[in-house]
Amino acid sequence: MSADDSNSSKSKAAVLEESSGVSRRDFLKISTIAAAVPAVAAPPTVLAAGEEVPVLGPGKVPMELTINGKKMKASLEPRVTLLDALRDTFDLTGAKRICDRAECGACTVMMDDRAVYACSVLAIEAQGKKITTIEALAESGKLHPVQQAFVDNDASQCGFCTPGFVMACKALLDQHPNPTEEELHRGLSGNLCRCGTYQGIRGAMAQVARKGA
Amino acid sequence: MPDYEWPDPEHRTLIGGRTLRVDSPDKVSGRARYTYDTKRPGLLYGKVVRSPYASCKVVSIDTTAAEKMPGVKAIEIVQKAGSTIHWAGDDIVIVAAVDEATAEDAARAVKVKYQKMAHLVSDAEPPAGAAEAQGPLGMDDIGDMLDNQVPDNQIVQQIGQYGVSFQATEQDYKDAKEEGVPDAVLDAVRKATVHPEAAGKTSKSNYQKAATQTSGDVDKAFAESEAVSEGLYGASVIVHCCMESHGSISEWPDPEHLFVHMSTQNVSGIAGQMAEPLKMQASNIRVHQDHVGGGFGSKFGPDRWGIATAETSRKAGGKPVRVMLERDAELKVAGARPSAYARVKVAAKKDGTLTAWQSNSWGTGGPGGGGMPPIPYVFRFPAQKKEHTAIRNNIGPARAWRAPNHPQAAVITMCALDDLAAKLNMDPLELLRKNVDLTGANPNDPRPRIYTEEFGIASEMMDWKTKWRPRGQNMDGHIARGLGASIHTWGGRGHASDCDLSIHPDGSVDLKMGTQDIGTGTRTTIAVVTADALGLPAEAIKLYIGDTQYPPSGGSGGSTTPGGVSSSTRRAVVDARDALFAKVAPALNAKPEELEARDGVIRVKGDSSRSLSWKEACSKIGATAITAHGHNDSVAAKNKPDLTNSGVGGVQLAEVEVDTETGIVKVKKMVAVQDCGLIIDVRMAESSVLGALIMSISYALFEEKVMDPTTGIMLNADMEFYRLAGLNDIPELAVRMMTGKGYDERGVIGLGEPPVISGGAAISNAVANAIGVRVPFIPLTPDRVLAALSQKAGA
Repeated sequence: MSADDSNSSKSKAAVLEESSGVSRRDFLKISTIAAAVPAVAAPPTVLAAGEEVPVLGPGKVPMELTINGKKMKASLEPRVTLLDALRDTFDLTGAKRICDRAECGACTVMMDDRAVYACSVLAIEAQGKKITTIEALAESGKLHPVQQAFVDNDASQCGFCTPGFVMACKALLDQHPNPTEEELHRGLSGNLCRCGTYQGIRGAMAQVARKGA
Repeated sequence: MPDYEWPDPEHRTLIGGRTLRVDSPDKVSGRARYTYDTKRPGLLYGKVVRSPYASCKVVSIDTTAAEKMPGVKAIEIVQKAGSTIHWAGDDIVIVAAVDEATAEDAARAVKVKYQKMAHLVSDAEPPAGAAEAQGPLGMDDIGDMLDNQVPDNQIVQQIGQYGVSFQATEQDYKDAKEEGVPDAVLDAVRKATVHPEAAGKTSKSNYQKAATQTSGDVDKAFAESEAVSEGLYGASVIVHCCMESHGSISEWPDPEHLFVHMSTQNVSGIAGQMAEPLKMQASNIRVHQDHVGGGFGSKFGPDRWGIATAETSRKAGGKPVRVMLERDAELKVAGARPSAYARVKVAAKKDGTLTAWQSNSWGTGGPGGGGMPPIPYVFRFPAQKKEHTAIRNNIGPARAWRAPNHPQAAVITMCALDDLAAKLNMDPLELLRKNVDLTGANPNDPRPRIYTEEFGIASEMMDWKTKWRPRGQNMDGHIARGLGASIHTWGGRGHASDCDLSIHPDGSVDLKMGTQDIGTGTRTTIAVVTADALGLPAEAIKLYIGDTQYPPSGGSGGSTTPGGVSSSTRRAVVDARDALFAKVAPALNAKPEELEARDGVIRVKGDSSRSLSWKEACSKIGATAITAHGHNDSVAAKNKPDLTNSGVGGVQLAEVEVDTETGIVKVKKMVAVQDCGLIIDVRMAESSVLGALIMSISYALFEEKVMDPTTGIMLNADMEFYRLAGLNDIPELAVRMMTGKGYDERGVIGLGEPPVISGGAAISNAVANAIGVRVPFIPLTPDRVLAALSQKAGA
């Protein structure tokens, strides 16, 4: 079930009500369909919430994303999340899929200099934005000071949550170049770790706060 | 005889130091590849159709609509019509398609009809008279246990204890083997006592009572005791919640060979477990894994869905099929820590000397029921009587959870002792110290000495003597403060491990071992042991692990990995180094035994003028590399010398603040003092203990698998309501590893389990000390704290 199966003028709410089995992907697609950015061919439109909105999909549509300074093209269904596009289409697997619903922070990437959960952004929404992933942090093989601080303070065990923490830390530092430790803690409160590396992460943050990044 | 013994402190270069984790740069940069990240050419995405009911029969499965959907490449029925399902979320069908969204659509198009049946998801105290004594096992009972993924060793133990009610024929054994019943279980049935009179009388109750265990004269001991304390204690079911969910990618390069990428703690052990159900030779299965995002005891087997993934790939013409569990499935079906609760009566003399223990315990490990935790824990009471009832219910299967059954045993025992101390008006740390002789298994057991030393250090680190007050006497407005203690033990002997180490003519060194690094620093351990003996930096060692193409090494469970991998590595590197010395000696005009490897050179001991750089020295090797094989046997006596050991002791203390208006508990400080024999790397060891303390805070305060009694499904199968501790929940943490004389000479002992055992008990005791009343069960959620407070107010 998806919004564009219906060529009637149902409201978004009506579509949702009718489809008891609506998946989260479909929901994301429905709720953000109006945000679709560059329409390549003039798409059909539907009346949704009293507005004429273009319909993309349900099949694949061409998209162009700017990831780590490079333009990347792909043909993706509008329901594909930025996280899945990064991982499955562009083979950038540093951002991890753990909770897949904005609870754990392991998929954190930067979108126009702000940290976002890539699991909760659609790839189609991310067009025209500057996406930065963990893979771009080290420059010519030299670790970013945040990454180095994580290494120096043994802040990863299994390491699956680590890229998300590093990105959240980096995004925070970009906004607040001289953060207090408390600000750093707050900046990382949207990320979870299971092995219990928080002491190492705290050490890493203290190092970054002391030395700067 | 080569000198395999661990080097003494003067001859160590890296062992016992603080090496940076060798795989950290890969992990912080996103380069580390996990199974979930693995891309294979032509990869198909698998999605699982799961049972919505906790107890039901599969009536029919209709896949026709799904089969017709474009992009769907294979559909595998995991449990066919007629199967009985014992927990919600159990796998029924796998659908593989060209992308994940298509697979999801197709999975939704599979129509399964179920016949609902009655379920039980509660693990509340068994109603009086509900429990049935465990009798001899029928064929169906054993079949049920196998279906419900009860671990083989548990099935074997039960068959041995209770016997069987049937006489199996050779044909039965043959059929059972065909169906994939493990040999260990078949052997147990062969050896079991047969009780034909019990046939057909197999119990179908959810409650099964184990035989009462008694030692000493319990009635007399209680009658003669000077103080008795009674209480109710326990720990709820929690889950593993691995960051990387369970799953694998299977592909068939040809119809005879299977290649599996799997998220596992047991690389070398997976092929053997897949061979039987897939009816193929283990040697034709290759298993690979570079990194794993957590296991904690839940990733030792290929799982039914892993076998089904391989079957799905076979149906898809051998194309790689990936099935990684979604988060909700991960929390529902991929393992849980059994609950354990007990009504305990404990007796002592006036001076705190423990005399008698009596417990009536119960708990659930899901459909398999589960056993009694090792209570009374650590302390060997002279008189004890224990009864246990296992609850078989529909919450999903249990699995080993870091230090299986020990955290529950610690809560039940250490909280009972803490209540006893309160009754005796004693400092609980004094009570533990007073009874330290009861912690030794024999007169040579070092644990009484270890605990005694650790009590002193831990007490100082917490400033216990200054801070400790009797119960309920440290109030500041509505904030209550308290301290709690607990101690724990674990085995930790090294597992069987093999490796091949090569020193190449160009000076490069590599080591191949079919082990895995589950985040505990196994790579670093191997690199440190190797580099230490060769006088090189750890990063100079190239490691090849995580593949069945390398010599086998045991699964990473039960704290067996450090002892296993360090011992096999040590033997290999000493042999390789000695072979290198033999090649180099003539060039230095010395005997091989006069040489040493240190600081990147091979030199004559005591004569630094006669030396060769590592690279120059290796150029003397000749055309082919020096290769040495290292082996550690799981049987200690076969290792000469034995480089690993067993039986550690640890003490943990907690300091808490409880808001008596909201019931919210905040941990303010935790102290951990831990022995684990010779420590290969102190930084890795400290990180393990710190992580375990954090995990303990998480399960002590937040974690619980909450089941809905009406629908039988898990209510909090996500990461918002299955709450893990976050950065802001973490207090000051202080860790001290015991090293030096009295510890180092014990050999290497594993550390994964021990430090995660005591935290729940220590925090519960600190809360009792703060608010003056026991909150019986962990997690110590605000509702439980407030309930205990109101009970106290009403008392």
